[in-house]
Amino acid sequence: MEVAQMQRRLVDYTKTLFMEFLGCSVLQLQQLQDESNPDFVVEVVSLFFDDSEKLLNDLSTALDQPNVDFKKVDAHVHQLKGSSSSIGAQRVKDACVTFRNFCEEQNIDATLRCLQQVKHEYYLVKNKLETLLRLEQQIMAAGGSIPMIEMGF
Amino acid sequence: MLCCWIACMMSMNCLINCQFSCTEASLVGDSGCTEMWFKVWDKISTCGLKLHHHYYQFIGSTRVSESWWRKLLLSWVICWTVVSIWIFCYMNSQATEKRKETLASMCDERARMLQDQFNVSMNHIQAMSILISTFQHGKNPSAIDQTTFARYTERTAFERPLTSGVAYAVRVPHSEREQFEKHQGWTIKRMDTLEQNPVHKDDYNPDLLEPSPVQEEYVPVIFAQDIISHVISMDLLSGKEDRENVLRASKSGKGVLTAPFRLLKTNCLGVILTFAVYNRDLPLNATPNERVQATDGYLGGVFDVESLVEKLLHQLASKQTILVNVLDTTNQSHPISMYGSNASDDGLELVSYLNFGDPFRKHEMHCRFKQKPPWPWLAITTSIGILVIALLVGHIFHATVNRIAKVEDDCNKMMELTKQAEAADVAKSQFLATVSHEIRTPMNGVLGMLHMLMVTDLDVRQLDYVRTAQASGKALVTLINEVLDQAKIESGNLEPEGVQFDLRAVLDDVLSLFSGKAQDKGVELAVYVYDRVPEMLIGDPGRFRQIITNLMGNSIKFTEKGHIHVTVHLVEEVIDSIEVETKLLPKNTLSGFPVADRRQSWKGFRTFSQEESIHPLSDSIHLIVSVEDTGEGIPIEAQPRVFTPFMQVGPSISRTHGGTGIGLSISKCLVSLMKGEISFVSIPKIGSTFTFTAVFTSSSSSSKEYKSQQINNHTNSVSSEFRGMRALVVDPRPVRAKVSRYHIQRLGIHVEVVSTFKQGLSIISQRSNVTHMVLIEQEVWDRDLNSSSLFINNLEKIDLSTSPKVFLLSNSIRSSRANPTTSGVCNLTVIPKPLRASMLAASLQRAMDDGNKGNPCYGELPSLSLRSLLLGRKILIVDDNNVNLKVAAGALKKYGADVVSSSSGMEAIELLTPPHQFDACFMDIQMPEMDGFEATKRIRDSEQNINNRIHFGELSVQTCNNVLNWHVPILAMTADVIRATHEECLRCGMDGYVSKPFEAEQLYQEVSRFFH
Repeated sequence: MEVAQMQRRLVDYTKTLFMEFLGCSVLQLQQLQDESNPDFVVEVVSLFFDDSEKLLNDLSTALDQPNVDFKKVDAHVHQLKGSSSSIGAQRVKDACVTFRNFCEEQNIDATLRCLQQVKHEYYLVKNKLETLLRLEQQIMAAGGSIPMIEMGF
Repeated sequence: MLCCWIACMMSMNCLINCQFSCTEASLVGDSGCTEMWFKVWDKISTCGLKLHHHYYQFIGSTRVSESWWRKLLLSWVICWTVVSIWIFCYMNSQATEKRKETLASMCDERARMLQDQFNVSMNHIQAMSILISTFQHGKNPSAIDQTTFARYTERTAFERPLTSGVAYAVRVPHSEREQFEKHQGWTIKRMDTLEQNPVHKDDYNPDLLEPSPVQEEYVPVIFAQDIISHVISMDLLSGKEDRENVLRASKSGKGVLTAPFRLLKTNCLGVILTFAVYNRDLPLNATPNERVQATDGYLGGVFDVESLVEKLLHQLASKQTILVNVLDTTNQSHPISMYGSNASDDGLELVSYLNFGDPFRKHEMHCRFKQKPPWPWLAITTSIGILVIALLVGHIFHATVNRIAKVEDDCNKMMELTKQAEAADVAKSQFLATVSHEIRTPMNGVLGMLHMLMVTDLDVRQLDYVRTAQASGKALVTLINEVLDQAKIESGNLEPEGVQFDLRAVLDDVLSLFSGKAQDKGVELAVYVYDRVPEMLIGDPGRFRQIITNLMGNSIKFTEKGHIHVTVHLVEEVIDSIEVETKLLPKNTLSGFPVADRRQSWKGFRTFSQEESIHPLSDSIHLIVSVEDTGEGIPIEAQPRVFTPFMQVGPSISRTHGGTGIGLSISKCLVSLMKGEISFVSIPKIGSTFTFTAVFTSSSSSSKEYKSQQINNHTNSVSSEFRGMRALVVDPRPVRAKVSRYHIQRLGIHVEVVSTFKQGLSIISQRSNVTHMVLIEQEVWDRDLNSSSLFINNLEKIDLSTSPKVFLLSNSIRSSRANPTTSGVCNLTVIPKPLRASMLAASLQRAMDDGNKGNPCYGELPSLSLRSLLLGRKILIVDDNNVNLKVAAGALKKYGADVVSSSSGMEAIELLTPPHQFDACFMDIQMPEMDGFEATKRIRDSEQNINNRIHFGELSVQTCNNVLNWHVPILAMTADVIRATHEECLRCGMDGYVSKPFEAEQLYQEVSRFFH
């Protein structure tokens, strides 16, 4: 694949990603990355993946308990909400907000539904981000530069 | 208090009441009565005291039940009714008693007199009986005949005032009757027939009387006084009354009275007194038998009781007032009236006993008042008066109790309402908080999306729409913040803080906020702070900034040309210079436009009227701040409601200029919070000047040595570069030149002001003083470009070791850039206005270091400034969320900061325990184990601890990096934009907050407060 083509694909992909899943935060993340810190985005995103997967596992276990500790669940969801908000995973964040509301109500069925929803959104965004990062790496590997998406900061 | 007062009133009433009664009692003039009143008074006063006591008890402990009061009132009324009735009875009986006594004394007097006179008469008759016994029976023949007797008795009648006549009857035994009759020449006649058939006086004929029947002995009357001569020859023993009398008289030897009977002939009621005449002197203890044996005859006196008593009473005064009855009560069951009418009267009657010397007969005198007793008016009025007073007191009491009950009810109602209102207020606050949060969260989404939308490919029209939408959104968020602010101030929850701050830096910040707008409009912004205003003040910089921002925001909104000029003076100085500045010329303003005279606006300030209240020695600094603009002014009719919330000049204003009209009212609140006043003067079409005063504390003299950590010597290091340099400002306008000089002097540069190039040249050419820089006002430059370039040329010609740098003070970067002539001249640096110390320093520094680099772009102020602010700073970031931590660290690193990350509050506390090297800390609020608030509190505690120890010399300053006062700026990081969270942050000792993810502008605003 030619570099230019890949670059164009990356730009298109990023744009669709923003329209659907991500807030402008990811763009800001990208802007934070510079010569002194070239892998910043990758680091942050992989950190996000690790964190989130751990949290989702914790959530699943917590909700499987006979006596659900909603405080703990809420804390987990809060964490997830914070990181997803930072990364710009807007839909995950929204799902987390709903999740927390049900936590307050202590509604187990609804929280379980929410967990599924969050998981779904998370894997979706993970997929997208991984694709994005892979594209970038391919471009880098091909010796091209990652095109900056002008969004202003 | 009210209750106490009432109780006092009541006891007072009792007192007055009693005193009144006492005076009345003394009016009656009865000592017993007064005594009684004192007793009553005692009782009442103790009762009053008790009542007082009870009242206190009741009020003190529980609420007085209404029924209790009613019972008390009822008993009060009943008690006083009884008392007044009793008083009436008592006084009435007193009066009756007195009347009775009067009557008794009168009656006794009459009885005594009657008795005395009777006795006198009786004595005389007795004397006469002895006379008769001597001359009639002692002599033979008798020395007395009828004529003698009649004459004698007639002539001695005055001695017997009560007798109407006297007669003498002699005792004649039957054996001597004939002889006696022959001697006398008449027969003894019987009396009883006459008694049975009383005859009229005129018809009386003694000859018609029947002769007495044969008896054992006879007692015929032989002598009689003329007026009763008709009784001569009558046999007394034949008369029933007379017979008894005669017999008793002879037995007792004393005067004997008959029962009252109708007298013969006169037919008047009379009594006959009979004395026995004895033939020898009998001893006192002679027996009745001896007496009867010794009896010779009987002397009788007729008492005409009726006429006699009448005569007697006539002699006495006040006959009219009483009625007298004299009764013979020998027979108790049938008393015989001797005198007086028989008109029976139930009224008062008094009885006096009369003793007429006859033990067998009993007489009584009955006295009555003629008139009925008068109404006891005094008693009636007294008792009614007391009753009325008592009722009045009762009424007052009743009214008071009712009043109290009503007030209590009202109070309860009020408290209920207050509670409701408070609840409503709390609900309102919560509602506002919730709603604002609920609005802001989606609004952030909207704004973010708009932000994103703006960077996509948009045509001009679409871009305009998006911009408008974004502006509206931002305005909405601002409005919500302002409304929350207003609510907060109104509820009094806002307390100004007292932290040390640099007034000039705050003003510079505000200026930089508005610089963009001002440049767009071509309005000149300037700040001037009087030299003597201390560098560091203690007060609430945030609120001060808010006021200035509000005022400047308004000014800039309504100003299209001219200038906005902020001046800060000490109040003392302004007072001193009032006279000096009176000749302010209309042209002598910052931009040459006329302005509203600010002195008009502070005319009404209290601070000025009471100058003595400002002590130059005290720590408080009274500042007077004016914001002067050359805008369109406020219409006269709208001026009175300028400070009313949500009031704008007209509905069109908000459409053209936006805003809610709440800013000024908030400012007013804030100013009063700082113990100041705000006022304004505005002339339509010319401009407005808002002036406010505020009281700050000067940071004490010792503070000169210790600088707070946050005011690191950043500015100082910059300014120290220029210290001792000399600058020349070419500006013909004194006000503007003053502003320029103020800012340049802040960098430690010595400034001289000239109004023309010529003067400037002459100063520069003086070799004694090296001039390092020349600052030329753009207006001067543009006015005559030829002379300007000539000036530059001349400047170069002057052979100096260091040729001065030339700067152009320009109001608008674009215009100066666009000007080809200006850009054509080399070695000319443009300094954009508004002037600020940091900006000026940066520009000068750049120009001095390398004059060829050209002008940096000042348009991207925040990013660049952020970089300059954060470069090399050591910053700690605390967040439990790794992703967030990473992102935040990345953002700060981008601005050149040296970032240390920490994932828990405990770790942060350890890192931030002094001494440390951190310049600031960003802390997440919501963290497990220890949240941001708690962590901040602990950090502040440990800082306080260290500071105290340094202060008391336990720790040397050297061990603590030469910092005297540890206070690391801690900023909260929160996605929560709600005000309450902000307040909570400040309460826990945080210095501010930034929202996540970082936004350059906000970050700059917050950070700029600590780094300079």
